[in-house]
This record gives sequence, C-alpha cells and structure tokens, in this order.
Amino acid sequence: MNAPLLQIENLHKAYMLDGVTIQALRGISLTVDQGEFLAIMGPSGSGKSTLMYILGCLDVADSGSYRLRGQDVTRMNADQLAALRNREIGFVFQNFNLLPRTSALENVETPLIYAGVNKAERRQQARRALERMGLGERLYHLPNQLSGGQAQRVAIARALVTQPSLLLADEPTGNVDSATSADIMRLLDELNREDGLTIVLITHEPEVAEHAGRRLVLRDGHLEAQA
Amino acid sequence: MNWFTALQLALRALSRNKTRAMLTALGVVIGVGSVIAMLGIGSGAQQRIAAQLESMGTNSLVIRPGSVTRGGVRTGAGGITTLTRADADAIAELPDVLAVAPSVNDTVQARYRGVNWGTAIEGITPDYAMVRSWPLAEGEFISRSHVLGAGHVCVLGQTVTHELFGLRSPLGESIVIKGMACRVIGVLTEKGATAWGSDQDDTIFAPITTVQRKLKGITHIERIELLAVDREASFRLLKEIKELLRRRHRIPEDQPDDFRIYNRAELAQASEESARVFTWLLGSIASVSLLVGGIGIMNIMLVSVTERTREIGIRMALGARRRDILWQFLLEALVLSTAGGVLGILFGLGGALAVARFSELPVSVTPVSVLVAFLFAALVGVFFGLHPARKASRLRPIEALRYE
Repeated sequence: MNAPLLQIENLHKAYMLDGVTIQALRGISLTVDQGEFLAIMGPSGSGKSTLMYILGCLDVADSGSYRLRGQDVTRMNADQLAALRNREIGFVFQNFNLLPRTSALENVETPLIYAGVNKAERRQQARRALERMGLGERLYHLPNQLSGGQAQRVAIARALVTQPSLLLADEPTGNVDSATSADIMRLLDELNREDGLTIVLITHEPEVAEHAGRRLVLRDGHLEAQA
Repeated sequence: MNWFTALQLALRALSRNKTRAMLTALGVVIGVGSVIAMLGIGSGAQQRIAAQLESMGTNSLVIRPGSVTRGGVRTGAGGITTLTRADADAIAELPDVLAVAPSVNDTVQARYRGVNWGTAIEGITPDYAMVRSWPLAEGEFISRSHVLGAGHVCVLGQTVTHELFGLRSPLGESIVIKGMACRVIGVLTEKGATAWGSDQDDTIFAPITTVQRKLKGITHIERIELLAVDREASFRLLKEIKELLRRRHRIPEDQPDDFRIYNRAELAQASEESARVFTWLLGSIASVSLLVGGIGIMNIMLVSVTERTREIGIRMALGARRRDILWQFLLEALVLSTAGGVLGILFGLGGALAVARFSELPVSVTPVSVLVAFLFAALVGVFFGLHPARKASRLRPIEALRYE
C-alpha cells in the first residue's frame, strides 16, 4: 500500500530571532508514502527543527499546503491540531521529554488520557506498549531512574501507544551512547519493517540516516535529495 | 478528559511538591479560619447586644414631660406638670399600644428595724411588670386595687432586698419610707444594670397613687413607658402620641411640645447597627488575610506554570487541548483553595471555641458563615487560579517545548 500519508507543497516559514527575521523554510515540497522510512538530514541551523515542528503539527507554516492523511492541516485551529497530534502523530525527541517525576506507565498513559480512553483500558494499553519495548520490569520507574536507552524506549512506547500513522523522531539517538543508539535504530527498523510504521527521522548523523529507505538533505531552507 | 481524571492529575501534580502545596494552602487556611472566627465573635457580640436590648424592651417608648419657658426662664426636663394618668389612659386606647405604664419616682431613705438604705422609689401600676417584662421572684405584684386604694404595700428589687434583709425573705415584713410603713408583698427577679450603668434592682416599687399622694404630694405623673405591638408600630406611635398629647394639652400650633418621646427601638436599632458594623469590620479584616492567601495561590501557580513550561509543551505535543491545560492548572488552584477552606473552617471553629472558652465572650458560628467562607475560598481559588491557568493554556507548543 503506497498511498501518500503526507503531502507538503511549497512550504514557507520564517521566524524572528533576536529581532532578525530568519527564513527557515523557503519553499519545501515533500511527499511521504505510507510505510516509508525517511531521513531528513542537514547541518544545525538548516531548519530541520522548524520542519519537524510543522510536520508534527506543533507549528503552522506561513504559506504552502500540508495535508496529512488527506486532511488540510493549514486550516485547522488549535484544538483540531491537538486532536490530530494525539491521533496521528507520535513524537520521539532527542532529550526524551518524559514528564518528570511521573512513572514510565503514567508517561505512556498520558496521550490516552487526552484521547479520552478510560482508566482500566489506559493502564492495559500502556503496560502492553512498555512490555513490547522490553520495559515490563520498569513500569513504575521514574524518568531519573532510567538509563538513556530505557528513557528513549519509554518515549517510543508513549509515541506508539495511540497507534499513530506517523512517527516523528527528532535526533532520537542524540543523547545516548553508540551501543544504545544502535539498539534504538534496530527498534525503529523493526517497527518500520514489521508493523509498516511510517517514520520520519531527523538527524545529522549519516550512520543513523543509513537506516532510512530514503534520505533528504535540508540546506538553506530547501530540501534536496542526498547526493 | 473527564472531571475525575483531571482531578487526579491535579492531585498528583500537587503531591509532587507537598511542602509547597501545604504552605500555599496555609494562606487560605489562615484566611478562612480568621473569617470564621471573627464572624463568630462578631455575631456572638451581636446576639448578646440583642439579648440585652430585648431585656430592656425594644418595642417600648418613653414619654417624659418636656421643658417650658415661663417669662424667659426655661425649666429643665420634667419641669412640667401637665402629664397625667388620664394621658396614659388615652394613650392606652391607641390600637398600636400593647400596654402602658405611667410612673412617678422619688429618692427615699428606706428603713427596716435597725437597717436603713438610700434608694429610689417608683410609683407604678400593674402593667409596669409587663411593659418592662420583669417577672417576680416571689410574692405578688402591685394590683389594681392597691392602686385604687393607694395601699401601703411595696415590691422590692433584689438590691434593696439584700441591703435591708440580707438573706431573709422580706415577704410580709414592713419597711418604713418617709415615716410611712409599707408591707412588702413581692420581690422582683434580678434585672441588672441599665445600658447606662445604673442599678435597676436598687428600687422600691409602690402603687403610683401612694407615691403621688403620700410621698410627693403631686397629681401629675413623671413618666409613661409603653409597649408597642411591634417595632414598626413603635415608629408609628411616635407621631400618633405626639398628636394625641398636643390635642389633649391644647397646645397651639406655634408652641413647642410640653413633653418628650424617646423611642427605645431607635436606640435598639442604633446598637444593633453598630454591632453589625463591628461584625462586618472584623469580617473584612479577616477577608484581607483570605485575599492574601489567594494572592499566595496565584504566586505559586505562576511559578508552577513557569517551572512546568516544558511539561505543558510535552502535554500539548501528546494531544492536550488548551482547555485540558487550563483545567489542569485551574483544578490545582481549586484543590489548594478548597482544601485550605475546609481546614480553615476547622481551625476557625476551634479558634472560636477557644475564644468562647477563655474570654467568656459569646461566640456564634452559623452554618451560613461557614458556607459563605467556604464558597469564598473556592472563589478565591478560581479568581487567582484563572490567570496562571490561562497563561499556561495559551503557551505555544513549540515555545513551551523549547523552554529551558
């Protein structure tokens, strides 16, 4: 099945930083198919994060169109975007972004709370997601009691618990050692291959990008196929 | 997200910083506690004043002779002899009047065997007991036939009884007043001092006719106290009596009254008003501390929103809508303020009881004041929680996520 999951056309985004307008994205067009594993690379300051936030519906573009599963994201209000993030997108961040002083289980439950799932159901789904990540023994651990690899697996469990159609990973291996990095990438490979999960990976490490089926480079606000 | 889940989230967030939560709620505890205690003390004082006024007879009017100018000389109050028992009888006919008690008085030296005591004597009629709502302790009161026959009988106040008879019963004994022997037929219960500090129990009561004719040699009366059917009637009566007496005394339109009417209800109103003002004063001072407690909540919630900016960003990324974030923080403020309110009510009740116990001030905490204090605390939570909660809910997801 190769229907386009995500379609972006001529996307522009500028933002102000210390009084200076920065043209972060200058006309980006991109189509990601269902089940694809895409890596977007680029030096720091190239607009990777800005693109990731727009893809993740955390921010809206100044101009251009963005359709996610056929829905026009550019026309949505804040609540509709929140619902869309909840339903369709799972985030994995470089610094894990787990809720502090909150157990692994409660962290994974959080998206389900906003999806309106009842408590018993929530517990069960969260537990299953964590067990799948091999964290069945760590349900009640707090983020500061977890290693970097474990924390990132909790974050992946949290991202996947709502069964989103897109996993957005922003430098997922940036804060872990190389062995753990390999583990995480193996996990993403597996999720893509076996579950058909669509993954958009943002990284500046070529060896991490190697895992993706397609690689694009973001340079000066433009997207190019990797040479 | 349902209410119960939202409440659980709020409780969990607060429990992560227990000391802070408790200190924040403490502001409200103190505020609500002092409101409850102060209102309790205030309304206790109000009730005591009301009871005192009740014992004075709050629906009563007093008529006294006025002053008059004769050839440039103004007599003092009571210098006129135009007020008579016939006036009192005419007033008793007015529909708003319940009972009328005309009286005259004098100061006398009373003697019983070797003991003597300087006191006041009041000449009265049977209705006096009702007008003053002053029951007998023992014996009987001055009767109609005593008044008709100007009988040599008297009823004693408690102070006089103690001074002349000690602990013995005076009933049936004779005391001598200005050479006149008077048989004691009754003793009144203790009435206490007036609001102005004079001892009401230091009085001998005799038939009005006896005092008029045999002690003072007068035919007019010096005072009429009367009871209106209710407080409103007492205000109507002021005018009615004024007209009646002017007519009866044939006072020309351009001349001033030869009597004065004092309305106890006015006094009662003034006293009750001042007690109410007192309660409000105490209550509002206490409310200030509740307000300070509320500001404490706002302060901590603002700090909390700032500290948890990244958490808010994460929650938004995970699908929290603005109102989810708003409710989360608003509920935290509400939990703090209502928990503080409940504890404050307990402390306030305890404080009020302690005051009642150690100071003998009457204290009355009403369910209404408890309810009002609680609702006020909840309102403080909403009012001071709303701003930080709105601030949290309006954060932009990416800015919140990037916040360090």
